[in-house]
Amino acid sequence: MGLLDQQFENDNVFITSLDGLFNWARLSSLWQMQFGLACCAIEMMAASASHFDSMRFGVIPRATPRQTDVMFVAGTVTIKMAQRIKRLYDQMAEPRYVISMGSCSNCGGPYWEHGYSVLKGVDRVIPVDVYIPGCPPRPEALLEGIMKLQEKIRHESLAKKKSIAV
Amino acid sequence: MLTEFGKVFIFLLLGAIFVAVGLFAAWILRPHRPYPEKNATYECGEEPVGSAWIRLNVRFYVIALIFLIFDVEVVFLFPWAIILRQFGMFGFLEMVVFLVILLVGYAYVWLKGDLNWDKPQPEIPVIHRTIIQAERMKSVSSMRDDDDIHDGVE
Repeated sequence: MGLLDQQFENDNVFITSLDGLFNWARLSSLWQMQFGLACCAIEMMAASASHFDSMRFGVIPRATPRQTDVMFVAGTVTIKMAQRIKRLYDQMAEPRYVISMGSCSNCGGPYWEHGYSVLKGVDRVIPVDVYIPGCPPRPEALLEGIMKLQEKIRHESLAKKKSIAV
Repeated sequence: MLTEFGKVFIFLLLGAIFVAVGLFAAWILRPHRPYPEKNATYECGEEPVGSAWIRLNVRFYVIALIFLIFDVEVVFLFPWAIILRQFGMFGFLEMVVFLVILLVGYAYVWLKGDLNWDKPQPEIPVIHRTIIQAERMKSVSSMRDDDDIHDGVE
């Protein structure tokens, strides 16, 4: 454990003022894990390109999980791919976040009933922070998902999580 | 009084402090929760097989050595080129001698074949017609045998 992270039982002035700084820094540079699984990835690429320009939110695609903060699960998660996603998520540096993009990764989507090879929702293997509905979601929807995640990060705390500090 | 290399020293010192402060701040701030999956080698999501410490072809050693020699040659050429006008003809001839020595070494390496990458010799298949004919005869005869068996079953 680091010297600060989850070392304090309760909020205090020191922690809350640092929280503001850290959360602002973290939500302003959400580097993105650069991989796509299906057609949602096309929308993700469009979101990264000049018209929608997700880089203005600090979302920069990186090619290695060691440098990334957020993983967009963009597309159909097959059971074969699920193991890879789990491993990639494990290899990301903390704090790490997951945005589930599109119906397929939310719940299996059109493959819900007969998709024998499709995982019924990526949240069965990794924890998901934000779900974006749509098949596929437009880049605007992805941008809103990013903003939702930023709102979530804005209210995080360095203090020990209540569920951990039993 | 600060010498020219004193400035370099200050530059190095500031660089070291910059890196040290960054690492120290990260050590204080970061969450540190390692576990085996997280520490595993990144192989694009695949399970890493074996160690990253593998054997490299020994031929890279020769190539690297030759590269190093000519790299150093270029490093010598740059300061020489800057003060070439002050050196005059003497400096020019001096460098020509140096280059010729290296060129002789280059020619030696080339003639010795150290620049040739060891390619595996392709095995050209040799066709023995007599054997093929014999196999063909054998298969034809066996097919006949099969026919006989089938006839027998039916």
